[in-house]
Amino acid sequence: MNGERALRRVGDLAGLPTSAQGPRNLVWWGNISFMAIEGTGFALAIGACLYLLGQSPHWPPPGDSLPGLGWSGAFTLALVLSELPNLWLIRQVRAKSIARVRLGMLVMTLIGIALIGLRWFELQHLNVGWDHDAYGSTVWMLMVLHTSHVVTELVETAVLTVWLYTHEVGDDQLGDVEDDADYWTFVILAWVPIYLLVYWVPRWL
Amino acid sequence: MAGAAAVNGGRSPVPLVALLLTGCSGIQSSLDPAGMQAGATFRLFELMIVMCGVMYGAVLLFLGASVWRVRRQLAAAPAIEPADPGLGKGLWAWGGVIVAGLVVLATGSFFVERALAAARAREALQVRVTGHQWWWRIQYRTPDGRWIETANELHLPAGRTARIELGAADVIHSFWVPNVAGKMDVIPGHTNVIDVSPHRLGWFRGQCAEFCGAQHAHMAFDVKVDSPAAFDAWLAQQGRPAAAPADAIAARGMAIVTGGACGLCHVVRGSAATGRAGPDLTHVGGRRSIGAGTLPMSRGALQGWIAQPQALKPGTMMPAVPLDGADADAVAHYLETLR
Amino acid sequence: MSPDERERLHAVWADRPGLLGFLGTVDHKRIAARYIVTVVGLLFLSGMLAIDMRLQLSQPDMRRMGPQQYNEAFALHGSTMLFLISVPVMEAMALWLVPLMLGARNMAFPRLAAFSYWLYLGGVLMLWLPHALGITPDLGWFEYPPLSGPAYSPGHRADIWAQMITFTEVAALAASVNVVATILKMRPPGMTLARMPFFLWAMLVASLMTIFALPAIMLATSMLIADRLVSTQFFAPAAGGDVLLFQHMFWFFGHPEVYIIFVPAVGFVSSIVETFSRRTLFGHVPMVLSILAIGVLAFGLWVHHMFAVGLPRLGNDFYTAASMAIALPAGLQMFCWIATMWSGRPRFATPLLWVIGFIATFVIGGLSGVMTASAPLDLQLTDTYFVVAHLHYVLIGGALFPLFGAFCYWYPKATGRMMSERWGVVAFILIVGGFNLGFFPMHVLGLEGMPRRIYTYGPDMGWGTLNLVATIGSAIAMLGGIVLTGNALISLWRGKPAGADPWGAPTLEWAARSPPPQHNFEEVPVVTSIAPLWRHGDLPVMTGLATDRREVLVTSVIDAVPQYRHHSVGPSLWPFVAALATSGMFVASIFTPWAVVWGAIPIGVALVLWFWPRRPRSATGPLARR
Repeated sequence: MNGERALRRVGDLAGLPTSAQGPRNLVWWGNISFMAIEGTGFALAIGACLYLLGQSPHWPPPGDSLPGLGWSGAFTLALVLSELPNLWLIRQVRAKSIARVRLGMLVMTLIGIALIGLRWFELQHLNVGWDHDAYGSTVWMLMVLHTSHVVTELVETAVLTVWLYTHEVGDDQLGDVEDDADYWTFVILAWVPIYLLVYWVPRWL
Repeated sequence: MAGAAAVNGGRSPVPLVALLLTGCSGIQSSLDPAGMQAGATFRLFELMIVMCGVMYGAVLLFLGASVWRVRRQLAAAPAIEPADPGLGKGLWAWGGVIVAGLVVLATGSFFVERALAAARAREALQVRVTGHQWWWRIQYRTPDGRWIETANELHLPAGRTARIELGAADVIHSFWVPNVAGKMDVIPGHTNVIDVSPHRLGWFRGQCAEFCGAQHAHMAFDVKVDSPAAFDAWLAQQGRPAAAPADAIAARGMAIVTGGACGLCHVVRGSAATGRAGPDLTHVGGRRSIGAGTLPMSRGALQGWIAQPQALKPGTMMPAVPLDGADADAVAHYLETLR
Repeated sequence: MSPDERERLHAVWADRPGLLGFLGTVDHKRIAARYIVTVVGLLFLSGMLAIDMRLQLSQPDMRRMGPQQYNEAFALHGSTMLFLISVPVMEAMALWLVPLMLGARNMAFPRLAAFSYWLYLGGVLMLWLPHALGITPDLGWFEYPPLSGPAYSPGHRADIWAQMITFTEVAALAASVNVVATILKMRPPGMTLARMPFFLWAMLVASLMTIFALPAIMLATSMLIADRLVSTQFFAPAAGGDVLLFQHMFWFFGHPEVYIIFVPAVGFVSSIVETFSRRTLFGHVPMVLSILAIGVLAFGLWVHHMFAVGLPRLGNDFYTAASMAIALPAGLQMFCWIATMWSGRPRFATPLLWVIGFIATFVIGGLSGVMTASAPLDLQLTDTYFVVAHLHYVLIGGALFPLFGAFCYWYPKATGRMMSERWGVVAFILIVGGFNLGFFPMHVLGLEGMPRRIYTYGPDMGWGTLNLVATIGSAIAMLGGIVLTGNALISLWRGKPAGADPWGAPTLEWAARSPPPQHNFEEVPVVTSIAPLWRHGDLPVMTGLATDRREVLVTSVIDAVPQYRHHSVGPSLWPFVAALATSGMFVASIFTPWAVVWGAIPIGVALVLWFWPRRPRSATGPLARR
């Protein structure tokens, strides 16, 4: 019994499905909430950067050189273009095409590895140490914050890929893939303002 | 205590407040204003106390009445969303009262804010105060452009506005002389300015108001509001180098101060002691207290301070100076004569 | 439900016995109970620190504590009260109550709830274990650089404080995500947003505020640690850094934090007032709008903590107006509660007494808040004992009093026993009386020029008498706390059996047994009113949720229409292991930055194993089992 009250049956839930896609799924809301937390973190880091920028007469301070545009450009291009296979992957999830979902995840993993490689070279060309001055500290903070998201996303994608290739895939796992793909989009969107702030704002000022 | 008396004079709606306010001692109190800024703020405070007291009384009255009403309640079954048009109107009225009260208080606040800013327009005495762990460096700019330094004792002329430039040597402090004006933080990397216009003569006290480490509690300073003539005389006297020792004991004290450890951190203008890390001692004997308000000035206190600063103010940057009894007495005597 | 099915349901939701069951449980009630027991223990430790400080200040020139001891005491007291008690206890109440009030069997993410607690416990140990070893943070609950920076705070005291915050904030964020998802997606059929009890609105708003406020403090303390550990220059003025950046970020979190603590308390008060007035809350809609307004406004007024730092006056005017504006929604709430009592049929049991004590006390804190909101007046009030009085009136009067009321109110549901009313009244009088006696004089001390955080003062300051009164009052309140706890402990054995619904309350948690079984409800209740248990007749339910696996019902966000039956994960040791790995990384990061890199690996492994779906090996694809 539910406590001491008499119950009156007004319906039955046995006929309901046992999984759902997109925003109907409970886990989707957890994923979106964590994106909100991290998005706030990005926004605040950007705010901190703008505050320090506003407080100092020169940005970067005289004597510091500007960060290189080569590797960062390549990284940015690759990251933005990776949204295309990502969108394709989401479509395959909706179509529940297991073989293509597996393939898509494998491709995304390989892209992720390539991105980490590009990011590694990008970090060599920031042209300022994090301990040099507040400008250097801020640039590195933004880069470390974003890189940690790229790494996390790559690990998640890779682990999920291994799992997908070795197990029977159910609807809940397709939901996991979709959440992972949404998160990939989030990592791309977070990069755009940071890229402008680190590489272009100092040049425009 | 004119201000507190005004509150006590029956205007305070909360008798407990009035009762408690009678006990204030005055030398470091925002309830006993002796300056334009503190006065304006105090009037705002009085307005707040009256308005907030009325609001609090209204809440208690309503609460008390709803408790009292219990006795005539009869309905037995719990009510789900009963219609209560009377209360709905009450809610609107209540909201209106709150908004009106807030508008009055915010307007009062804006006027006081403007009054505080208005002092800036007048010609001002220029003072520079620097917060150190845990004492205050004080410098006056003379009309001919020189800077005269002292420490831990701020003199101000009554009836004039002093513009005080605040700087920090190490961590964040806060400059606060409640009788004269509200506080202003002293922040490394920022230069803050506070204007003070004292109008009542007398001794007051200021204290650091932002936690700044071990001896935050002993980072005070005395404030003397003088007539303009007395202030000018005092400033001229502060500008002179230290007097030559008047007797043999003082001479011995001077030799120890200039030749020993003291001179590494302290300056006695006109002598070989030229350290800058600690307070200027050129006219230390004329000050009211030592150790940034830790002890009242006396020969005995000076002796104790030199011998055992860590016992009197644990954590102070002043190291204990090992001196025998006669030497310590000589130093204390010499410092006491530096007026 | 047949006896067979009932037995299966019990077996499916039961925890394993022994240590593995203890460490692996994902029962929201067990997890919340751990939070509450931890908080009660910390309240006493923190209260003892307060008494210690009050004794030191009871007379001028007292020498029982030196400056170092005193600075450690207020730092530990403040950090514990704010980060380890106030916010976590509100999460605990949400974890315990939200599924029950929704007629649900568990939280949306059961393992995340377990992870939250273990990580929170890590934060508790992070602060208190080093304290036992003599390494205690000594700079208050907000450690402003440069005092907390590498130059003025060598050693690890400041690092410990900063990482303790990281622990508790990650835990709080995880709990908030859980609460948001549970409230939005797991409401029972028929509980549309319009029929959602006010308490759930309060918890939803507080959790959303947490999500947007806490990243600020994590970023601020991470930057502080980076300055200390790897020589970044965020807060170093000489290298282009700015010490005020820390204050802005701290208070961008710190002000909403006050409301993150207060808004759940608004929920407690509303539940209690409703039940004991025998009518639904007057002004449900204005109440909901008012907490939404508070939730938004709270993010726009952090600068009122910084009026004395010398910002432009125009900015001060703006923040004065914004800060005062928050008195409107708070004032309307007061009206709605009292109006509910006015038009209802109040029964003055202990929980309602706490509400009355709350109103009488908190309004003083709210009004002193209006005073501190005025920029020019605040220049006299900030950083004095006036602010000490104000913040205690707001946090103790505004949050702890409702919490004590909530504790007495839901105690019978949690334990199946009633607490003693007589001792409940004694505790109420001691705490409310002692608190007001102890803290009201502090307003006057502040006006008389007593700065906060001083370990001693001279006899000529004239502060001795009021400080002595404050000490006596605090001691009386502490005694009341002991009576309250004693009453709760003794009632576990001696209390009268409570039954499912001892107070005649309107919300769904009172439909479950007291104490509720591990699965809370056998069938899913259906809601047709804002006060479902005050409808006459039988409780409408829906059957069909599985009894042979852990299942919860997921419904639509606005109208709570059933959407699917969600497989709810069972007990697991991995949240515990993941929290352990995270703790290891946080602790080691005090000593070397490489801990962040290498420490991420065990965390990653634990998380992978935590989320690893249990499914058969693949029969298709290149890696299929042959």
